[in-house]
Amino acid sequence: MDLSDDLGGTPGWGRLQPPAPEEPVFAQPWYARTFAITLLTIGGISGRNLDSFRYTLARLDHDAYHRDGYYGRWLNASESMLVDSAILAPGAVEARARALRGERVPEPPAPEPARPDHTPAGPGSLRDIDTRPVFSPGQRVRALAEKPAGASRLPAYVRGHSGTVEALQPASVLPDTNAVFDGENPQHVYSVRFASRELWGADAEDFDLMIELFESYLEPA
Amino acid sequence: MTATGRSDPAADPTGTLPPALRVEALEQLLTERGLIDPQVMDQVIDTYETQVGPMNGAKVVARAWTDPEYRARLLQDGTAAIAELGFSGPQGEHIVVVENTSEMHNVVVCTLCSCYPWPVLGLPPSWYKDPAYRARVVREPRTVLAEMGLELPESTRITVRDSSSEVRWFVLPQRPAGTEGLTEEQLAALVTRDAMVGVARVEAGPVEERVPAS
Repeated sequence: MDLSDDLGGTPGWGRLQPPAPEEPVFAQPWYARTFAITLLTIGGISGRNLDSFRYTLARLDHDAYHRDGYYGRWLNASESMLVDSAILAPGAVEARARALRGERVPEPPAPEPARPDHTPAGPGSLRDIDTRPVFSPGQRVRALAEKPAGASRLPAYVRGHSGTVEALQPASVLPDTNAVFDGENPQHVYSVRFASRELWGADAEDFDLMIELFESYLEPA
Repeated sequence: MTATGRSDPAADPTGTLPPALRVEALEQLLTERGLIDPQVMDQVIDTYETQVGPMNGAKVVARAWTDPEYRARLLQDGTAAIAELGFSGPQGEHIVVVENTSEMHNVVVCTLCSCYPWPVLGLPPSWYKDPAYRARVVREPRTVLAEMGLELPESTRITVRDSSSEVRWFVLPQRPAGTEGLTEEQLAALVTRDAMVGVARVEAGPVEERVPAS
């Protein structure tokens, strides 16, 4: 099953509008509070990493992902990460929110924290690795037809399609395992160029699609 | 599955709690436990409201338009050339700069979330986070760009860049004709966020009518 985040190429969305020339960074105060809480939650309170945050977002159901927009899904993911790390009890936020609006509701006690046991090998996501890249620029490759793991960053719309390696990018920790604290397993990353009609068929607009894919998402074409 | 925010009617018999109330509750719980400091939150918010934004990217573009050696370094190693102007930080570990020309037009998206080069552009605008943009620009970019107000001639080749890893793409827009006499600062005032993502052109526009970025 595809996750809630995998939107590339999906049908049924409306027209775009010309962008507003000026737009506040945070259109509502709660966007700003959610942004800051999420950064600090990922940054240490939950002990979870950026890949874990993205995977938590992806696993929200359709309603939790879309109902309150971008910062709505951030809020849901932050709360979920804090519950997963046992910083908060399930239902604690809802109980406090009801109390804030005057309801008399019991609040669950704070649990014993259970942050993931995980120390990054370095700052950020880029890593130096000594293995030689399997693929090289100009080579034809095919994206795996099957999604390799829950947290992988291989969108459905490129799966099973062939393209050309354009460039080798810096090696990076593998989201598939890093998101679930199963090791960083850094891999080479490639910019791969796909022809639009390879992805969408002969009637598609004629353009190129470039995407970064981890080495294990690719096979020789 | 954990936590609220998921559709479980039994967990919320009186209707969905508004997100503003839930984030207030969350902030209170974390503050009481000493896990978060509202003043630190204020500083984070202030940083992204006033320090980190497209005015940074505009300075990079204006420098590249006026200094050919800088432009060459920028296209060679975007992260390092951007850091020369003092811009680095989260979501900017590896920034690659691509140039838009009359022949080649780059437009950036993140279909899986909303990855965006924060150090040069700040936080993404609402259209970039719109599911319609994420879904459609990888499938019919010429149509999407036209809806957004950018009509490209058929002779312009489009490359859509889906930011699916930690690589962040930054578009160096084409310098508009008629700006030969402008200073670097005047040029920076012309450069828009949307042009640096590839959904707009930079227009020459009368500089004296523009309010300088503060």
